[in-house]
Order: sequence, then C-alpha cells, then structure tokens
Amino acid sequence: MKIELQVNGETRVVEASPIARLLDVLREEIHLTGTKEGCGEGECGACTILIDGEPVNSCLVPVAQVQGCELTTIEGLAASCGYAEAGATPLQTAIVEWGGTQCGICTPGIAVCAQALLRDEPAPSRARIREALAGNLCRCTGYQLIVDAVAAAAEGGQS
Amino acid sequence: MSTAYLKPASLEDAYTARAEHPDYVLLAGGTDYMVGILHRPAPVGVIDLFGLSALTGIEAGEGVLRIGAAATYAVVLTDATVSESFPSLRTCVSEIGATQIQARGTLGGNIGTSSPVGDTLPVLLALDAILELGSSRGTRKVAYAEFCTGYRQTLLKEDEVIVAIELPLPSPGVQFWRKVGTRKAQAISKVMVAASARGSGETLTDVRLAMGAVADRPIRLGAVEALLEGQVPSLELAEQVRAAVADAITPISDLRSTAPYRLRSAQNLAARFVLQRVEAQA
Ligand SMILES: Cc1cc2nc3c(=O)[nH]c(=O)nc-3n(C[C@H](O)[C@H](O)[C@H](O)COP(=O)(O)OP(=O)(O)OC[C@H]3O[C@@H](n4cnc5c(N)ncnc54)[C@H](O)[C@@H]3O)c2cc1C
Ligand code: FES
Ligand code: FES
Repeated sequence: MKIELQVNGETRVVEASPIARLLDVLREEIHLTGTKEGCGEGECGACTILIDGEPVNSCLVPVAQVQGCELTTIEGLAASCGYAEAGATPLQTAIVEWGGTQCGICTPGIAVCAQALLRDEPAPSRARIREALAGNLCRCTGYQLIVDAVAAAAEGGQS
Repeated sequence: MSTAYLKPASLEDAYTARAEHPDYVLLAGGTDYMVGILHRPAPVGVIDLFGLSALTGIEAGEGVLRIGAAATYAVVLTDATVSESFPSLRTCVSEIGATQIQARGTLGGNIGTSSPVGDTLPVLLALDAILELGSSRGTRKVAYAEFCTGYRQTLLKEDEVIVAIELPLPSPGVQFWRKVGTRKAQAISKVMVAASARGSGETLTDVRLAMGAVADRPIRLGAVEALLEGQVPSLELAEQVRAAVADAITPISDLRSTAPYRLRSAQNLAARFVLQRVEAQA
C-alpha cells in the first residue's frame, strides 16, 4: 500500500506492505542507513528512532502504524534539536569525545535514546542514565564511557 | 497477495472488522507480534488497534479502575491511581522490557498473548482483575482467573476484542510483586510472584498468591493462599509457605532456567511476601 511518512521534517511516500518493519523502510526505501539492525527482535535498541519524540525500536513497528507521526532518525537528530548547522548535538559530540563509541553499531540508537532522556530530564543521575539506556546493548565499550558521555553532556548544560 | 490493513476509527468499526475478517490478525503495539515477522508467512490482513482512543484511556470510577486494553505501559506508568492504589502493577510494568518496549507494549497485548511468562498476568490474578470483552454481539465480563485456559489458550472468541481491564477498588492494602530474570531490563522472567492481602497486613485476609513461568499458564496457588488466610506473618509461616509452594507447583526446565532453580526461586519469593510483612511490623 502507499504510505506517507514524515521523516526528519520531510514528507516521504513509499510503497510497502503495511506490516513491513519501519526499520527496513527507513533503510531500504528511504536510504537512511544510519539506523542499524542488531537483533531484529526488540532486544538490542540499535534500531531505536524517535516516534513523536519517544524512543521506539523500529524493528518492531509495522510501517502503517506511523502514518501521521513525526519520525526522527539519527540523520535528523541534530536538526530536530536546533543543531542543523553544527551537524551534531553536544551530546553526540560528547559521545565521540569520551570514546562512547567504538564499532558504532549501537551508537545511533544510543544517541537518539539519550537525547530524548536529556530533553525530558536535563540532569539525570548516572543510575537514571543506565536505566534509560537499559534497552540499548553495546558489545564494545562496556557502557562506562557511554554513561560518562551522557553525564558530561548533561553537566555541560547543553545537550 | 499483499496484506490488507484496517485501522478502525471506533470500537464499533473494530467489532465490524473482527466479525467480517476472522482471519485478520489483531495488532496493538506489535512488541509480541512483530518479533520474527520476517520468518513467518504474511497474514491475510491486520486490524490495527494501536492508539484507538476508545481503548487507550485509564479511568477511576465507582469501585473500579478501568484500564483501556490498548493503553501503553508508558501511559499506565503515568497514571496517578495506578501509582497510589496498585503499586504491584506499577512496579511490574516499570520492569517490563525497556523504555522502547514500554512506549508501544500494551496490557491488552500481554493478555492477548497469554504467555506463561507474561509479567502482568500474575498481577492481574492477585488483583482480581476482570476483563471486558466486546464484539458486535455485545460486551461481556470475564474474571482474568478464568480467561487463560491453557498454554497460550484463552476464552477470547474469534470476533472479540479485549476492551478493558478492570481492577476493583478499594485495592488490597498489601501488594507484592517480584520477578527473577537474568538482568533487570529486557529479560524474560524465570519466575514471577504477585500477591495481595486486605487490611494492613497484621493479619492476612483475602490472600491472593499468583505465579508465572511455573506452569503452562499463570496460576493462583490456592493451597498456599489457604495456608496464609487469617494468619499473622511470622518466620515459621514463611517456612510453611516454602513447603506449601513445593507441593503446589512442578516447574519445568527450558532454555531460560532449570526446574530446581525455578522451584527454589518461587519458594523464596513467596516466603519473601510473608517476611516483608514481618519486617514491616518489626
Ligand atoms: C525486547 C522485548 C522485551 C519484552 N519484555 C517483556 C517483559 O519484561 N515482560 C513481559 O511480560 N513481556 C515482555 N515482552 C513482550 C511484550 O512486550 C508484551 O507481551 C506486550 O504487552 C505486548 O503488547 P503489544 O501491544 O505490543 O502486543 P501485540 O504484539 O500487538 O499483540 C500481542 C497479541 O495480543 C493480541 N492483542 C493485542 N491487543 C488485543 C486486544 N485489545 N484484544 C484482543 N487481542 C489483542 C494480538 O492479536 C496478538 O496476538 C517483551 C518483548 C520484547 C520484544
Ligand atoms: S534491531 Fe531492533 S532492537 Fe535490535
Ligand atoms: S560501539 Fe560497538 S556495539 Fe557499541
């Protein structure tokens, strides 16, 4: 069926099965390959995007369900936070500076999820950061540097 | 043939869609249904209930809290009556999946799947939940205790929709919920125990004790409830509970846990319910 999506502020029309995974439509039809597939089963959070501002696993969302919703992927994250020109939010920059990314597969999901956290809770405790990112698995960093980066961005007062 | 997609705008439309298309799949948040979707044949059609406003509200009314079947866990967690009157449900929901799952997953979906490891199901048993089921033939109410009839088997008819979950108010003054899993988030439970009792908990009355992941469906442990009824919590009572649990359940070994581990955990969690009351009174 024909499906109209709002992705990163743009209208995109795709032809897809209503129960196609949003993840596949984003990557293969709209060519936004920043969103990654880890497990394909809702466990790892690599495919996290924001649907109307809330972190969701795009591998579990049938595309027909998000007609009329605002979708934000990692490609549009900076612009959605007012950092279009810089190309990265202070949080994204912190993740790079602190070494909160290695192979990078988990990073887009972590960035969008943590960005939503800092929007709602500008000064989260480290325990709260870990809780908010509990659905984002990382096989490389050991998490410590990710938590450090999010905490640093929060302390910087700008995220 | 491509999959048809129906997005009912009202409950009546949903009932009509169900009656006309018994072969279509009902869909809410998709957090159960979408897992493994690429490895299954496409369904003939889906009826999408996610966000249907008649199913997403939570209302405290006369003697009952009514939770719409398609209210997401994220919404359940923000409800004041749930927090005040049903702390066991609140804690249970807060431990489901992670943020991303809570944003989409619904109580109706947990009940629809009726997996023996559905976390909210023992809580519904312990809180005497009533389900409202609707179809174009009308609505009916069924106690959750009767709804799940076997492994992933329920009383839901082909043309029916789970409309709401009703929890009687005032709620039990004593409520308990604990699950054991591999890690805190995102882990399917190895064992979970929900319990409740009326009054302040000095003497246990109207005791409910339910478990998940220890049988083919979520179950109440009648013999353990009878043992606890009218008793004053004590260390001896906790020991008796351990023994009674061992007589009441025969958990299995599978890829998530072993039978002895499950039994031991179930015994300890049930005993913990009693021990918490002992500590509360100390
Ligand atoms: C990574 C991950 C972690 C998870 N963690 C947990 C956990 O900790 N605890 C837990 O219990 N579960 C967990 N789950 C399972 C799942 O999230 C829950 O069972 C959730 O409640 C399902 O709700 P849903 O709306 O997404 O259901 P859907 O997938 O949309 O539907 C599930 C089933 O219920 C039926 N259904 C849905 N709504 C209705 C209705 N109103 N009337 C009739 N039938 C209906 C559907 O037809 C379908 O058969 C997890 C899943 C994933 C992927
Ligand atoms: S790919 Fe979606 S959660 Fe892992
Ligand atoms: S950086 Fe490799 S999985 Fe996180």
